[in-house]
Amino acid sequence: MKKTYRIFRFDSAKPKQKHYDTFKVETAKGETVLDVLIEIKAHHDGSLVFRRSCRHGICGSCAMQINGLNMLACETQVEMLKDNTITVDPLPGFKPIRDLAVDMDPFYEKLHSILPFLINPDSPPTDKERLQSEEDHRKIELATSCILCGGCTSSCPSFWADKDYLGPAALLKAYRYVFDTRDVGLNERLPMLDNKHGLWRCHTIMNCNDACPKHIFPTEDISHLKRKVVEEKY
Amino acid sequence: MITHQHEAVIIGAGLAGMRAAIEVAKTGQDCAVLSKIFPSRSHSSAAQGGTGASLGNLDDDNWEFHMFDTVKGSDYLGDQDAAEILAKEAPEVIYELEHMGAPFSRTPEGKIAQRKFGGHTLNFGEKPALRACYAADYTGHVLLHTLFEQCIKYGIRFYAEFQVVHLIVKDNVCRGVVAWDVRHGGLHLFRAKATMFATGGYGRAFRITTNAHANTGDGLNLVMRTGLPLEDMEFVQFHPTGIYRNGILMTEGARGEGAYLLNKDGERFMKRYAPTLMELGPRDLVARSIQTEINKGRGCQTEEQKKQGIPGDHVYLDLTHLGEARLREVLPQIFELARNFAGVDPAKEPTPIQPTAHYSMGGIPVTINGEVIYNADNDSVRGLYAAGECACISVHGANRLGCNSTLDATLNGRRTGRTIAKHLPDLIYEELPDDEPEKAEIEMDWYFKADGSENVADIRNELQDTMMQNCAIFRKGEELKTQLDIVRELQERYQNIGLQDKSQAFNTEVMEAMELGHLLAFSEVIVYGALERKESRGAHSRTDYPDRDDKNWLKHTLAYREPDGKIRLEFKPVVITRFQPKERKY
Repeated sequence: MKKTYRIFRFDSAKPKQKHYDTFKVETAKGETVLDVLIEIKAHHDGSLVFRRSCRHGICGSCAMQINGLNMLACETQVEMLKDNTITVDPLPGFKPIRDLAVDMDPFYEKLHSILPFLINPDSPPTDKERLQSEEDHRKIELATSCILCGGCTSSCPSFWADKDYLGPAALLKAYRYVFDTRDVGLNERLPMLDNKHGLWRCHTIMNCNDACPKHIFPTEDISHLKRKVVEEKY
Repeated sequence: MITHQHEAVIIGAGLAGMRAAIEVAKTGQDCAVLSKIFPSRSHSSAAQGGTGASLGNLDDDNWEFHMFDTVKGSDYLGDQDAAEILAKEAPEVIYELEHMGAPFSRTPEGKIAQRKFGGHTLNFGEKPALRACYAADYTGHVLLHTLFEQCIKYGIRFYAEFQVVHLIVKDNVCRGVVAWDVRHGGLHLFRAKATMFATGGYGRAFRITTNAHANTGDGLNLVMRTGLPLEDMEFVQFHPTGIYRNGILMTEGARGEGAYLLNKDGERFMKRYAPTLMELGPRDLVARSIQTEINKGRGCQTEEQKKQGIPGDHVYLDLTHLGEARLREVLPQIFELARNFAGVDPAKEPTPIQPTAHYSMGGIPVTINGEVIYNADNDSVRGLYAAGECACISVHGANRLGCNSTLDATLNGRRTGRTIAKHLPDLIYEELPDDEPEKAEIEMDWYFKADGSENVADIRNELQDTMMQNCAIFRKGEELKTQLDIVRELQERYQNIGLQDKSQAFNTEVMEAMELGHLLAFSEVIVYGALERKESRGAHSRTDYPDRDDKNWLKHTLAYREPDGKIRLEFKPVVITRFQPKERKY
């Protein structure tokens, strides 16, 4: 099947020359938008820039906007897209660097700020694991499958309006640790969570739920986190 | 050229690199990690089924069984001192990951859950062991993120999207590396007292592979170019179950949970090849069995192949009897992958699969403490280290067992980090030879001026297709000779590549060209070793030499690139302690 691809082109060295380039590419059944980008780079325009690595939805490199929705290019089969012209843009809300590659530094900085590691001053048992029930593990299991692709944060209108907002990905990570029965770090994380750029910026718009390629519902976990903070603090 | 100085510089931010970095940082010494992609993008995240350790949470396991299985799985080419360390230290390494916060699945008692995996047995081969510690089928992913988060905790300095261009080794002393800042452009010199490679495997030399686009074996060629050897490069593992046509991994954990392999007659054909362990045989054996079924006309056909009377070229992985609820609970990723990339509902129909290039047993030769060696006497290069898939200790020998790779990476990453931490007080910032950093400038210049007529993607495709044809599961002298000529011809053509993108910032076209140079260089070593090794052992199966030959070939190969560009082999004895080689049956 042959389709037309409109691809956003940008170079931070020449920011005024941003534009779309159009390519016609033939694909076979099962081929993905990532396959198309690879083909364009191989045989149409070697200067096209995008990030990619695992090509099966686990590394989180190739999140981008495809026909207006944040998706992983590697998981998006061309035949699932109804239109004959497919528009590919970089993730919105982040500063573009070149073409489809954006500056992810602020995204990672927010992740760092919520102390994304187990906090527990008690020594763990020697030569044994800490016990955790299957039920308690299940509370965080889905959240631990986050691949940090940035699709959720980039889809969030609250984040578009407030670039200092932690965003759903960082809050999901906070949930993953706060609700881990082995962690006791809520109080240390409170200053980051309970402020005007923290939890309360989530207005349950729920774009993040649609954007997540791992079928996580960040809004739900953020709500649990809000309740927990209220219980703890007020 | 901007100069940085760090006591330890680690290249690669997968399980091995980050685990080592934590060990160095814990001692308060300065450590930086360079990675050509963001740490959380590293391919360790694609490991699915589990990490082996004889915790015995669900059966009566012990480390000796694990060691025996690893040695037998290696077809007796694995060094047994390394296998003993792997099996003995595994439980401690797993508990430590759990203490760091790794979210393992749990048993009803709340302990770390464990499942069956290929080639792992109780009582020296009696029956399958529950040894693979898992987090559903996202084990590598959760371990990678746990270690990344620990690196954040320890404040480890990352240089993300830095591609190493040149390694500076002179007189068997390592002095640092030169790297290209992918995002902004420009060369950076990293002077270091200790330099460690943890750059992963070389599966991208093959068309059908589980490996990420990033797995181009850069570290191996960077090391080899300095005159240092690579070990056992002829051993490339084909994972039995990759999704048909794209090679994406379907974890062995699927068979650990009870999935069947079926041929076109719906027969569980493994009964012919591994009557005791069936689908849970070791990977080399299962991959060969699948290929044999296909070669004998018992492969499954697509509708199109049926119509046109073309013989089938894949088999089925049947998960249907496990039921959707169980699949969603313990194999959620497999469930998604089958739907997204094979177009089947694995709860209702079997998934078409084929063997896929997966793991690189060969690599940079190291001691059991992670020091890179420069000869068969185990003499080591000062200040140079390696661990994980890019290294060859050799613990996996001729064939790695499933769930031993994430273990190897974390366990030997930790050991190597400890070695570095111990050595650092006695190491210094060595002098830089005058002409060395400039070599990187000359190389980058070459890429930016490349305006020949050859296309990088075309050369890469030809390499991957022909490696798949001539140097994959079954190998033959004539085909290997042909492949050696093909690789050398592609190397010639590579000299005449043309690149369009002349920008300094985020020039991924130049990066891909550089990676292709590495692929072409070490692929020649794979084929050369495969041609020289006139026996069948583990993943290296020669139809013209079908038997294992312990008399002549129970030894490791060390391949050197001579100054004139030719490859020269030396040999290194296998370390045998507890288990004498014997016939390998499952």
